Amino acid sequence: MHAFDRSRRAFLQVSAVAGGALCLELVAPASLRADTPAQPAEVNAWIVIHPDDRVVIRIARSEMGQGSSTGLPMLVAEELECDWSKVSIEFASVSESLARNRPWGSMSTGGSRSIRESQEYLRKAGATAREMLLAAAATDLGVSKDECRAAKSVITHVPSGRHTTFGKVAAAAARLDVPNDVKLKAPGDWTLIGKAQVARFDLPDKVRGKPVYGIDVALPGMLYASLAQCPVFGGSVKSVDASAAQKMRGVKRVVQLPDAVAVVADSWWRANEAVKALKIVWNDAGKGAESSATILDYLKAGQADAGAPSARKDGDVAAAFAQAAKIVEAEYFTPYLNHATMEPQNCTAWFHEDGAGARLKVWAPTQSGEAAAMAAAEAGGVPVSSVSFTKTQVGGGFGRRGAFQDYVRYGVAVAKAMPGTPVKTLWSREEDMQHDYYRPISLTRMKASLDASGRVTGWQTKIACSSITASMAPARMKGGVDMQACGSFVDSPYAVANQQVDFSLRNTHVPVGYWRSVYHSQNPFFRECFVDEMAGAAGQDPYAFRRTLLDGEHAKRDLAILDTVAKAAGWGTPLPKGLHRGIAVADAYGSYTAGVVELAVDERNRITLSRVVIGVDPGHVVDVDAARAQIEGAVIFALSAIVYGDITLTGGRVNERNFNDYRMLHLRDAPPIEALLVPSGGFWGGMGEPPMVSVAPALVNALAAATGKRVRALPLVKAGYSLATSA
Amino acid sequence: MIELEVNGTRHAVDVEPQMPLLWVLRDELRLPGTKFGCGAGLCGACTVHVEGRAMRSCSVPVSAVAGKPITTIEGLASRAALHPVQQAWLDLQVPQCGYCQPGMIMAVASLLAAKPHPTDDEIDAAITNICRCSTYARVRPAIHAAAKLLISKA
Repeated sequence: MHAFDRSRRAFLQVSAVAGGALCLELVAPASLRADTPAQPAEVNAWIVIHPDDRVVIRIARSEMGQGSSTGLPMLVAEELECDWSKVSIEFASVSESLARNRPWGSMSTGGSRSIRESQEYLRKAGATAREMLLAAAATDLGVSKDECRAAKSVITHVPSGRHTTFGKVAAAAARLDVPNDVKLKAPGDWTLIGKAQVARFDLPDKVRGKPVYGIDVALPGMLYASLAQCPVFGGSVKSVDASAAQKMRGVKRVVQLPDAVAVVADSWWRANEAVKALKIVWNDAGKGAESSATILDYLKAGQADAGAPSARKDGDVAAAFAQAAKIVEAEYFTPYLNHATMEPQNCTAWFHEDGAGARLKVWAPTQSGEAAAMAAAEAGGVPVSSVSFTKTQVGGGFGRRGAFQDYVRYGVAVAKAMPGTPVKTLWSREEDMQHDYYRPISLTRMKASLDASGRVTGWQTKIACSSITASMAPARMKGGVDMQACGSFVDSPYAVANQQVDFSLRNTHVPVGYWRSVYHSQNPFFRECFVDEMAGAAGQDPYAFRRTLLDGEHAKRDLAILDTVAKAAGWGTPLPKGLHRGIAVADAYGSYTAGVVELAVDERNRITLSRVVIGVDPGHVVDVDAARAQIEGAVIFALSAIVYGDITLTGGRVNERNFNDYRMLHLRDAPPIEALLVPSGGFWGGMGEPPMVSVAPALVNALAAATGKRVRALPLVKAGYSLATSA
Repeated sequence: MIELEVNGTRHAVDVEPQMPLLWVLRDELRLPGTKFGCGAGLCGACTVHVEGRAMRSCSVPVSAVAGKPITTIEGLASRAALHPVQQAWLDLQVPQCGYCQPGMIMAVASLLAAKPHPTDDEIDAAITNICRCSTYARVRPAIHAAAKLLISKA
């Protein structure tokens, strides 16, 4: 990757257009444009072209393994018509983005948004640059632009066959006026998007161990810190006896913060050993008696609350229930979950003075560079214009490193006690496990009425769960309802005349945050298992039952992906003895998914997963191999949560400490996965999270088919099940 | 002083004998390719070779490996070419975030050195590294591909 060249930056203006969509105006003032041919030319903010035809495409979003640092430039290159083998990438500077009113739009990386939110302005950036290159080439060749074509970084005057290259005309192109009416290619004309087998840009370094993650930042004179945060959330430090720690080898300073104590030393191991020697008395803020049991009671009280506000009310469920031939009712539960990124949380910060005054330099692995820079400024007590923030490689995100930048705040607070010295603060795995913004906990009750023919006439869902919105942005709550937390129910594709969704806010002292597919790792599990329960009550096949309910134009994509997956999985065909299937369908993050899981269960409740078929219709697929990898990874990420994932509390604090008690699937446990990409066109959906959402219900439905018993609370180990491969 | 031989280079380090090899590699020798994941030998992100055998360096006191040849991810490839495991990993586009992959690659290289044709059961028993991005679906075919590359090289 290249260092950012400050002198050659295009100046871009951002304006909101009607409908709130972000429109990037590509305007490069003459003073900033290339004027000598030996220099690389910045044709616009996203595209730099070198005289030797090398093309640098800038990336605004974080690369955390999802492959968007390859998919995003494909969108630009598709329209630019450059030679893909000459493309390299660089990450746009976070500080520059903040200083220049966000020329690259949002840098936030989450919600499966990177491709779908930026695909249009990236394709336009490519098309705009191509038109400017064509115009410059036409002038250079003394011909009409209309007679010129661009392909593989070469511009040819078609009638004469005379040609030039992008590199030769880029400097002149950068000086031209920016066209504002570029036409984008029709999907049928794409040659890169969804077509090319491309090598991911980030992998050659990754197989060599070369990328610099946050944990790998090394600076001259740098010291290392480990910390102990108050084990009870919301508590604080009452007193600390650091006498033993201070005598230990390499220890430079003990830093007391309001709710944590850190040790700074000349090696991280020494700092962490000294943290273990601290004698800290904590104030538990009155939360020391909270436990998984008290929190479950609180959820149950939410279920019992008759005054909970409604998120959706269609028709009259009470009337439907009164006339029912049959009532189906069930209560489901999902626990708090930790993200467990393989790279524990960390941040390196350095307060120093230069000619311009106090500066704060910060490095961290983050899903949101801008939020990180702002959190650093706040924690450091300096204006954000004094912060220089560098986004490092990210050793796993999954939502941990997006909205909440707690690890940045701690890193900056520790370094503030050591002015002039760069300090890398790294959490132990135990700190990381016990201090997260956990996936919300949920207790959800559903009740439905069936008529004599087995048709669903009414469906009421009551969600008692923790809300990220209520804790982070309470103004976005709607009459006491977190609409995000009601996803999959408020926008259910099922045609049921009478539907009601109620919401009971159940925030506790446990912090909650986004987690790969968040509420969609829960609500589709509840909904799709309950659909199977209804199908059972109606005496119908679960697939056929869903088909009947997916009635209408709004449900056509759900129905199509369900049909595709059912067919691929051979739904309804005989299975070898002992094997059973489960099915589920759900849309999430703009994509449509369905899944079929095939499994066997032995007499000791050991599960063998013999086949997982997951289909995703994301509208368009950009990098096919990376999209496939997202399905493969999402299935197993989901399985770790389904089988093992459980964050529990005793004495107000999290019990789990490391990978021995917060377990993950191993290689031996990974089932055969069939990843079906079924882009139907016409829309852009996400890929990082959607493939997860049908895994849990399909698996639990298969388990019910195999055992005749319905598991309604995750994880499976709590219900006595295990994986045969790790039993 | 403790004498270490890492990637063919000798070093003398002035550290506590109980300091785990991982932290000597990372903070003393500035070889950050070997990763910290759990500190308890549970995840394998810190896997290196000691005398050619995979070891989880977070749980090995540096004094226990004094004088023994140690290879880290930085030393796995020869100057000219990737190690066949790295090549297979690239060919099958295995890594996602990549953080656990140095440890995974070192574990697999060690397995294939001992067992050039591992069965799936042998792979399951030997490769217990945790990958949170869950690249496992590609790890197994990549191990078999690497085994083929190793044989064609030999």
